[in-house]
Amino acid sequence: MILEQLIDIFLLAFLAIISIAIVRIRDVFSAVMLFGIYSLVSASLFLMLAAADVAFTEAAVGAGISTILMLATLGLTGREKEKMLVKKKISLLPLVIVVVTGATLIYGIVDLPPFGGADNPAQVHVTPRYTQQSMSEIDVPNLVTAVLASYRGFDTLGEVVVIFTAGVGVLLLIGGRRRREEKHADE
Amino acid sequence: MSGLGVWNYLIIIFLMMTGFYMVISSSNLIKKLIGLNVFQTSVFFLYISFGYIEGSAGPVYVEGVDLYSNPLTHVLILTAIVVGVATISVGLALIIRIKESFGTIEEDDLHKMDSSL
Repeated sequence: MILEQLIDIFLLAFLAIISIAIVRIRDVFSAVMLFGIYSLVSASLFLMLAAADVAFTEAAVGAGISTILMLATLGLTGREKEKMLVKKKISLLPLVIVVVTGATLIYGIVDLPPFGGADNPAQVHVTPRYTQQSMSEIDVPNLVTAVLASYRGFDTLGEVVVIFTAGVGVLLLIGGRRRREEKHADE
Repeated sequence: MSGLGVWNYLIIIFLMMTGFYMVISSSNLIKKLIGLNVFQTSVFFLYISFGYIEGSAGPVYVEGVDLYSNPLTHVLILTAIVVGVATISVGLALIIRIKESFGTIEEDDLHKMDSSL
């Protein structure tokens, strides 16, 4: 138990350090690679918080596909260094906004239910049915799969619609590029 | 609230604000998207922290185990991760188009061009 808590604390500290490094670093390629590391560390943290399915997905989709997509974009747009902000006055305003918002949110965590409590509001409404009756109702040992595909199947259908829309959007934005270039070459 | 919970939520808010800071202060559009992703991941941590029960097993049915972590938050975050990648890919496609049309992905340069139009 103590070991688990220590790992949790260290992983969270790692995440904070990596996020600062991403902000500070000027080279966009390094920022993308750091983001890949960030995703992988967060997948480990999900595993520590007993969310194995989320950890798989984050490692495959967050650390894998997102990083590859960003690298592909870098390959197409050219590797540029982020320019130094010339105007010092403007870079202060975001910091103030962020600190004020963060302080408000920290004030908000005082009222949150205790971390890891078994009778938190999130644990008492519909979750007991999912954990206790899904074996007799759905007969799938993985509770996440049972909720994802059966109890909340329409949510997943909505997710598919979102992904389809995103795919159509990407195709409309950059799909016709090659044809247009060929036309230009003909002219 | 226990010390671990406070640490958890503090780091989550820190990550959220780091992502927010990158979105509003970075001039490079790809770094803005990375910031958006960092922000998103911190929300995932928040949800998974809500679903965590101390000493619980992962949500896979095993004979004789009574206490599982909350599968509902896991499902919500699974959906959110995949939708997140979909939005990121649309954003990256937009960046590629901007680079083609304007020749730069630095926001300051884009602003200058926009005012000269």
